[in-house]
Amino acid sequence: MADQYAIEMLNITKRFPGIVANDNITLRLKKGEIHALLGENGAGKSTLMSVLFGLYQAEEGIIKKDGVEVQIKDPNDANELGIGMVHQHFKLVDCFSVLDNIILGVEPSKYGFLQKREARQKVIDLSNRYGLMVDPDAKVEDITVGMQQRTEILKMLYRDSEILIFDEPTAVLTPQEIQELMKIMKNLASEGKSILFISHKLQEIMEVSDRCTVLRKGKCVGTVNTNETSMEALSAMMVGRNVNFHVEKDEHEPGDVILKVDDMSVASKTKGKDAVDHVSFEVRKGEIVCIAGIDGNGQTELAYGITGLEPLKNGAVIYKGEDITKKSIRHRSINGMSHIPEDRHKHGLVLDYSLEYNLVLQRYFEPEFTNKGFLNRKAIREYADRLIQEHDIRSGQGAITTVRSMSGGNQQKAIIAREIDKDPDLLIAVQPTRGVDVGAIETIHKQLIEQRDAGKAVLLFSLELDEVMDIPDRILVMFEGQIVGELDPKKTTQEELGLYMAGAKRDEVKL
Amino acid sequence: MKSKKNWLRNDGIQALICSLICILIGVIIGYLVLLLINPSGAGEAILAILKNWMNASSSPLRLKNLGQTLVYMSPLLLCSLSVLFAYKVGLFNIGCSGQYTAGMTVALYAALAWHCNWIVCLILAVIAGAVVGAISGALKAYRNVSEVISGIMLNWILLYVANMVLANVKEPASTYTLKLAQNAPQAILPSLGIEKLFNNFQYATIAILIAIAMAFVVWVVLEKTKLGYELKATGLNKNAAKYAGMKENSNIILTMAISGALAGLAAACLYLTGITQWSTGSTSVPGMGFNGIAAAFLGGLNPIGTIISSYFIQHITLGGTAINLSVYPSQVADLMSAIIIYLCGFVAFFKLILNKWLDKKEAKKGEQ
Repeated sequence: MADQYAIEMLNITKRFPGIVANDNITLRLKKGEIHALLGENGAGKSTLMSVLFGLYQAEEGIIKKDGVEVQIKDPNDANELGIGMVHQHFKLVDCFSVLDNIILGVEPSKYGFLQKREARQKVIDLSNRYGLMVDPDAKVEDITVGMQQRTEILKMLYRDSEILIFDEPTAVLTPQEIQELMKIMKNLASEGKSILFISHKLQEIMEVSDRCTVLRKGKCVGTVNTNETSMEALSAMMVGRNVNFHVEKDEHEPGDVILKVDDMSVASKTKGKDAVDHVSFEVRKGEIVCIAGIDGNGQTELAYGITGLEPLKNGAVIYKGEDITKKSIRHRSINGMSHIPEDRHKHGLVLDYSLEYNLVLQRYFEPEFTNKGFLNRKAIREYADRLIQEHDIRSGQGAITTVRSMSGGNQQKAIIAREIDKDPDLLIAVQPTRGVDVGAIETIHKQLIEQRDAGKAVLLFSLELDEVMDIPDRILVMFEGQIVGELDPKKTTQEELGLYMAGAKRDEVKL
Repeated sequence: MKSKKNWLRNDGIQALICSLICILIGVIIGYLVLLLINPSGAGEAILAILKNWMNASSSPLRLKNLGQTLVYMSPLLLCSLSVLFAYKVGLFNIGCSGQYTAGMTVALYAALAWHCNWIVCLILAVIAGAVVGAISGALKAYRNVSEVISGIMLNWILLYVANMVLANVKEPASTYTLKLAQNAPQAILPSLGIEKLFNNFQYATIAILIAIAMAFVVWVVLEKTKLGYELKATGLNKNAAKYAGMKENSNIILTMAISGALAGLAAACLYLTGITQWSTGSTSVPGMGFNGIAAAFLGGLNPIGTIISSYFIQHITLGGTAINLSVYPSQVADLMSAIIIYLCGFVAFFKLILNKWLDKKEAKKGEQ
């Protein structure tokens, strides 16, 4: 009986100073099944996988493979046991071919010379067998993200991995690519591979997995058969309460134009082609405009151009009737432009500063907080305490907590609190829900809509299809630096949106 | 129980413990070297190094030697503040020595050639240091040239500039610059009676007070002001500083200028006491700036901590001259401070061990 399980992690407990990251968790992976691991950020998914992968040692509990207890002391042990992982951020060498990437680390050689022919044949065979359709001779930098992911999968298969871990694999894919991946995963499972699928996207879990284990706050809430449950039930297990998926939103009449982007181009740091290529659009008071698109199609640079982080190569930014193309970031900020940046660690926070210092990052120079060059620590503390209270920002020591030690969701809450409390006229929110748990996503969406209803202009950048469909009043789709379509979220479908995002469909740009 | 745990977990306390461990190991290795050279007098020699001014036979002499230690401590303290200030803003000012040399050159030249009084000399030295620092800062800000590279290069450039310029005001018979006491008494820093504390040790001047006061000023600027908030934010995360609308490039230049100004002040605080002369035949960059790096790290990168660490390094360096020089080289003290400084690189490692030990202890307590 016992050997029907490929991997058993029994009663795993892993503690870190101050918290129990995994508290008596049991996870059993059957042979040939797709087993989803669901949980919010900080629920202990990564810790559990790190224990399985040998990056951490559990204090209590045992791991069994095929019913036999094993010791996994480091990732090499895991590899030898046939455990492979597709990381969320691919670990590929861009200027190498697909084949070179696959054999990297296990290069077949004779007298010190590479023997690639056999390896190449094996890769082609594997690719055909599992329907991966990867060209072994293509360079990684030239192929699509989906194909890069399949290269990662081939890497595991080439190493004869029996147990495949997928860490949030759909985050970077288009809807069409996601469908393909699901097919591949099912294929792999039917060929006898056992798959652990880490995700917080309920829809995908429902579609592809056989069973699902839910973690919450380091504890195992339970393991359920997916065909006997529902999305609502799963999310309630994950969050501990019922979550409202549908965003409540009233109709709202847009007002005056707040932001006008006119024929904007921004140079690319990595490619010869401009990252933003002659883009024009407007955002009005009381509307949410969403820039949708697959990651890396110029959204980042467009946001940089509007907020002043990068200079424009061409065109102009008109904000509240003023040409601010050449104006400083401080000028924009003082005049009511708020910016929730895409990368909160790079731009949004000084991680080694305290929470209170981060909360005044956009306002420290105001007379309220600075008097004759000296910081008014008391006023800063009071202000921070108010924001912490109002926005439910949780941290170990309150205002004096070092932001680095806070969870990603609370870091994001701090940024949003800071930017919204500035009472902006224009709120630019770049992927505001990235890496944030379901409960917090709900709050953030509510806040964006509140801003809209208060008559502010909101420019949202998003990669999440659900978000793109639910939140905005208008959708602008970006592809290769251009706006290829304007869609009405009420009238379009995810499929149509996907076609635009993949560049398969485009309209003549209006305006 | 809880208060005891917090006490050992305190960052400042940990830094202090780690510095003390570094010192202890340094002293032990120094002792071993002395043992190797000549076992019979090793114990006596290590004591002599550690006692420094306390070796002297009479109380007035002891005070004089203490005064000397403090006179040399002042520039070291200012150099370490220079390094520390830049470091807090994410810059490694290895060009401190060059800025120091620039300050020295301008101070001595202004005193000896233009017969300026001490205030003018002091201010000019500060400006010279600031300008040299700003060069590194500007290169870093606008051309992304590492301040380490430009700093090291400027060190050598300024060494030879110093030799060239100061050759005009040197003693005819030697390579040394003219003595301030005879040639430019107006440029000697006033002592305000401080020398009386040290048995009329004439070189004990307000330089000592200036240096210690600057330690507090640096602390206040970094911790209490808007400027410190901006500069530290820039140092910790340049991108976030830009995002928040700070002028990150100007901040980098300003930081290096302030750092250089402190180095220039350091030079003035030594040479304008008249205790030493510059040799225009020097072929090496003055070590004061480099020792400043050491003192900054040994002091746990805390302005107040550097007061103690600067004193300690100067204490054992001068102590090194008190040993029996016919048997032992005085460099044993340099060796010891070098080892201590080297070990400062392991402070993080010591902290890790300390924390692991604490974790274990707590875990054990938890089980009981």
